[in-house]
Amino acid sequence: MELIAAMKLAEVGDELEILSTDKGSAHDIPEWINKVGHEIVGCREEDGVYYIHVRKTK
Amino acid sequence: MKKILIVGGGTGGTILANNLARRLTEELAAGTVRITVLSASDKHMYQPGLLYVAFGRMASQDLYQDQASLFEPGIVFHVDPVKTFDMDNNRVETESGAEHDYDYLVICTGSRPNPESVPGLAEHANHVYTVEAAEKTLAALQQFEGGRVAIVTGVPHKCPMVPLELTFMMHDYFQDRGILDKVEFFYTYPIGRLHSLENVGKWAQREFDQLGIHYETLFNVKEVDGEKKQVHSEEGSVVDYDLLITVPPHNGMPVILENALGGGGWIPTNPNTLQMEGRENVFVLGDTTNIPISKAGSTAHYEAEALGENLAALVRLGTMVRTYEGKVFCFIEAGKDRATYASFDYQNPPQPQPPTQMIHWFKLAYNKLYWNSVRGLL
Repeated sequence: MELIAAMKLAEVGDELEILSTDKGSAHDIPEWINKVGHEIVGCREEDGVYYIHVRKTK
Repeated sequence: MKKILIVGGGTGGTILANNLARRLTEELAAGTVRITVLSASDKHMYQPGLLYVAFGRMASQDLYQDQASLFEPGIVFHVDPVKTFDMDNNRVETESGAEHDYDYLVICTGSRPNPESVPGLAEHANHVYTVEAAEKTLAALQQFEGGRVAIVTGVPHKCPMVPLELTFMMHDYFQDRGILDKVEFFYTYPIGRLHSLENVGKWAQREFDQLGIHYETLFNVKEVDGEKKQVHSEEGSVVDYDLLITVPPHNGMPVILENALGGGGWIPTNPNTLQMEGRENVFVLGDTTNIPISKAGSTAHYEAEALGENLAALVRLGTMVRTYEGKVFCFIEAGKDRATYASFDYQNPPQPQPPTQMIHWFKLAYNKLYWNSVRGLL
């Protein structure tokens, strides 16, 4: 939800990284990014925290 | 004299002012502290009541009380909203041209629905975020004779339980009208589950499946085609509707944007101290923060209690004494006569229990008790 709000405020080409401890979000965010047509720059998990790096493409 | 200036007279600002006035009674009497509240309105609205207005269960005029009547003695109150924040000089200028300086500033100007940001949404969808909209929704529900009801939710929005509550309450409303067999519900939600709080989403899914309510997730409304009665999503879906209900996207207030205090009108805020980022003597409450937490009266209430304790301690001791741990408590109406609740904080997710009539009665009682709560008595 926070990522969707932040993406609305971002400019095309902006990159955002979301940190989440929610496993569901770690699965849903890449699915949503791909569905809408933005870009996943990278995903990693460290000590139970998911770091998801995305780029706004449109 | 220490001057505490509160900008905004909603739930957070009013509870904070009263909390401080009680803590600093001696200082107020001695004239060593001044608490000033600046608000845009001389009326205070109980915003959760709008949901009930849409179902004919509360009257619009019952949602209001005079703002001045809610304050403890000693609080200075002006209906004179701020126009300019000059934080480098600890001063604000109001719409009337008055200037107020401060030692501590609290910004709690709230949020506003912005259905206009989605093409076709304001014209073709009904919502419950203003009196006018709630009364229009009541008329639409009364006139509806059957078909597909689509529920679409914008991001971010105020009051996180409203998408679910509207759906459950419409279900029972149409059941009472005897047309439920002619109604199909189609609930959509922006992320990959039925609610932002995972356990609330799981609970709602069980309820929806029992009631035969259809749903689609990862659905962010892009535009509404009122002629074809279709909603298009950012993700490429198209949903037909006969009655369209929305929880519209929200923004912070224009004064926050005009003063470049935060993108979208949300001020970057420390989630534990509630200090505005980069400003030691400026605090932010309620919807106005950018904290990733529910935008709800309950959030503002718990934040105001923590901040009241800290501001009083700053005045007396020169230091803060507690942190806000993200506490929120939300009732969830699960129909016309049953409800549950979600109680959670930053570390502990909610565990919603099966709805009961008793919790619904508590919620109805709270609709009246709010006026004690906002006075700081509850």
